Amino acid sequence: MPTDPTASDSAAAPTIDPRSPRFGAVITSAVLALTILLGPGWGLPLLVLQALVFAAGALLGLRNHPYGWLFRTFVRPRLGAPTELEDARPPRFAQTVGLVFALAGIGGALAALPAVFYVAVGFALVAALLNAVFNFCLGCELYLVTHRLAAIFGTD
Amino acid sequence: MTGLWIVLAALALALGFGGLRQLRDGRARADHRQASTPAAALALGGDLGTDATFLQFSAPVCAPCRATHRVLSEVAAADPALAHIEVDAASRLDLVSEFGIARTPTVLLLDSDGIVRHRIVGAPRRGEVDEALRLLRGSRAA
Repeated sequence: MPTDPTASDSAAAPTIDPRSPRFGAVITSAVLALTILLGPGWGLPLLVLQALVFAAGALLGLRNHPYGWLFRTFVRPRLGAPTELEDARPPRFAQTVGLVFALAGIGGALAALPAVFYVAVGFALVAALLNAVFNFCLGCELYLVTHRLAAIFGTD
Repeated sequence: MTGLWIVLAALALALGFGGLRQLRDGRARADHRQASTPAAALALGGDLGTDATFLQFSAPVCAPCRATHRVLSEVAAADPALAHIEVDAASRLDLVSEFGIARTPTVLLLDSDGIVRHRIVGAPRRGEVDEALRLLRGSRAA
């Protein structure tokens, strides 16, 4: 008998059209690239907006994600129904990681530490591009790392 | 000007890293790193197959783990000598460090004694799974 811890509790977990997070990643990539091009001064308002978008997806769920709304309203009607739905937890986790990097970038800009701004937003851009181009799974990389660190530092 | 270089560097990093992953993921590699304990002794939460066992490490935030589960349970269901055991990596950090699991999905192909013979990191390609099974059974017959 195969055992399946991911499927057993995902029956109740929300699902999502897998094309939606990928569409969102394309917009996120464009916004973050523009943010970096504008620099820590003029780019800050844009980064704050993107941080709010990440926060909506991470804290309120992907149903309330602004780019997800754009996808459902303008893109999905042209594409038709998805062939299969995916678990919403992996992309939601990715939004949380994005939020952390965006907040670090905002902190860097406000503290007049441009290096922090560029590195944080730069890594967020790498993650968004990986998602947009390769459908990269950020949770696959980071889930174990965070749990191992938590175990080491005894906060698990 | 700084910003332009950062964007170009991010683009190069993403395309290079992602491309490399695309090329290498899902391939079965012979695993020579012999674990100190045979997996059979580690309370995997399922019985080993008489020929071979897929030991799959998964996470709830891992989308390709679902596809991996589908492929492996299909292969195992079609052959009574095979077993498929899936564990949540975070709840079995003992196994994670025992077998050096870096990310999910990672699949270990165990032989009938519970010794790790092949390792597939990333969503397995069907052809690689079949080939690894063939190699494992071939070496048993020899």
